[in-house]
Amino acid sequence: MNKQITFAHSIGLGILGLICFIGLWQGLASSDIVPSVFLPSPLEVYDRFTTLLERRFAGATLPGHLAASFQRFAYGFILAALIGIPLGLLMGWYQVLDEIVSPLFDALRFVAPIAWVPFAALWFGTGIGGPIMIIFAGAFPPCVINAYRGAKFVDPRLIEAANMLGTPSHRVIREVLLPSSVPSIISGLRVSAGLGWQSLVGAELIVASAGVGYMMVQGQANVSTTTVMAGMVAIGLVGLALDSALRLIERIIQRRRGLGQ
Amino acid sequence: MPRRVSIGFATILVVCILWYALTTGLGIIPSGRFPSPAETWSALIHLSGRGYGGGDLAIHVYTSLRLVVLGFLFAIVTGVPLGLLMGWSRKAEAFINPIFLIIRPIPPLAWIPLAILWLGLGDAAKMMVIWFSAFVPSVINTYTGVRNIDRPVLEAAYMLGMPKGRFVTEVLVPGASPMIFTGLRLSLQASWTTLVAAELVGAFYGIGRVLNVAQQDLYPGMILVGMIAVAILGWGTTKALGMAEQRALRWNTAALAARG
Repeated sequence: MNKQITFAHSIGLGILGLICFIGLWQGLASSDIVPSVFLPSPLEVYDRFTTLLERRFAGATLPGHLAASFQRFAYGFILAALIGIPLGLLMGWYQVLDEIVSPLFDALRFVAPIAWVPFAALWFGTGIGGPIMIIFAGAFPPCVINAYRGAKFVDPRLIEAANMLGTPSHRVIREVLLPSSVPSIISGLRVSAGLGWQSLVGAELIVASAGVGYMMVQGQANVSTTTVMAGMVAIGLVGLALDSALRLIERIIQRRRGLGQ
Repeated sequence: MPRRVSIGFATILVVCILWYALTTGLGIIPSGRFPSPAETWSALIHLSGRGYGGGDLAIHVYTSLRLVVLGFLFAIVTGVPLGLLMGWSRKAEAFINPIFLIIRPIPPLAWIPLAILWLGLGDAAKMMVIWFSAFVPSVINTYTGVRNIDRPVLEAAYMLGMPKGRFVTEVLVPGASPMIFTGLRLSLQASWTTLVAAELVGAFYGIGRVLNVAQQDLYPGMILVGMIAVAILGWGTTKALGMAEQRALRWNTAALAARG
């Protein structure tokens, strides 16, 4: 690699980078090149963010919208995990099921989750059912794929050892296969959460009457760039929190099984 | 694996028969909920003949495909060099990484309202969000690819006094190329998702526009045609990228073997 740099140097450069970024934004916003309606300054976005925490916009405060979004997300995500993980595990254990489901799965994989929006609206309405289906469409494939991988690539020696010692097959499943697929399942859940959250935002932009995405569309319609940007910040923060939570669970599980470090 | 292939065909066949039986034969699924094969076919004829949602099938496919390809290429041209730079220079990495850490958690789809505010409902706004969604994976994977190059290879090139230009084209890019292609595949998928979402939010032409109008008209046959079109386009572009990858990585048998 190119020259190594010290930790302090790298922190300094990082802070410099952030200052450049925010300075450029601030500079463009306060100059006349871009009208401030379209590019508000960072401070204005922050102001709007704090205002939205208390004042209602598009029917609810920002926490209210976030709660509505998060509720849908939780339903869709849990549904995807409850169906996707067992399906993936079964596909990994029973070859016939793998051979039957894989072609269907491959055919559906290329349909972007967002393309399900029209059917979701038609079947489940635009209130809570439709968005849940979109989140499900986004979060389901990684659950299946990672559970499948986890079950398929268990060290065969472990199973052979268990078989040789005469372990009954239900115990092999519970005590060998399941524990060894857990790390793969958890990392699948992390990918799922990210994709599900992103799909939710998309669904709310298109069809919804509440939620952060809806708030942003209303902000866009009212040419309130600060509202749109505050929404982006909120979405980013929730996404980050979700990812960190799942990362933490991943680490706790690894440490418990002595796989840490 | 002939067994795998035959079971696959049998599954698809059973699904098609079920589709026909449930919609047309037994009529369990009403046509207002999901279209029958005949309705889907007539929607396809409608779209490719008279046109729907402002244009015919060719115009919609051309609009969507052009936007994805352009946005994607633009993201490669900007993202791969930035990833190379960040992978190569610790200073550039330290400078740029924090900015990335702030922007990355915001999903590309969340940029759509801002893009519309800035650039309107035309092609420019779509290009912006597609670029954005494809840019991040190409930067990150290129960066990881450079970091994974064997140190001795880099040191040998250095020791032999390779000029900078040749070093980039003959060591950095080839060394990082397996990861670069992994990033490009993720980028391509993200591009399609983003484009469909952006077109659903607002567009004059494109497959997403077809889906949107079909949704408002409660026209299930057309919705299904739109979804199939999205899937075929996504599959086709992924295949094309895979072929490009095979060509580009032909020299590297280990990388190809790892891909299977």
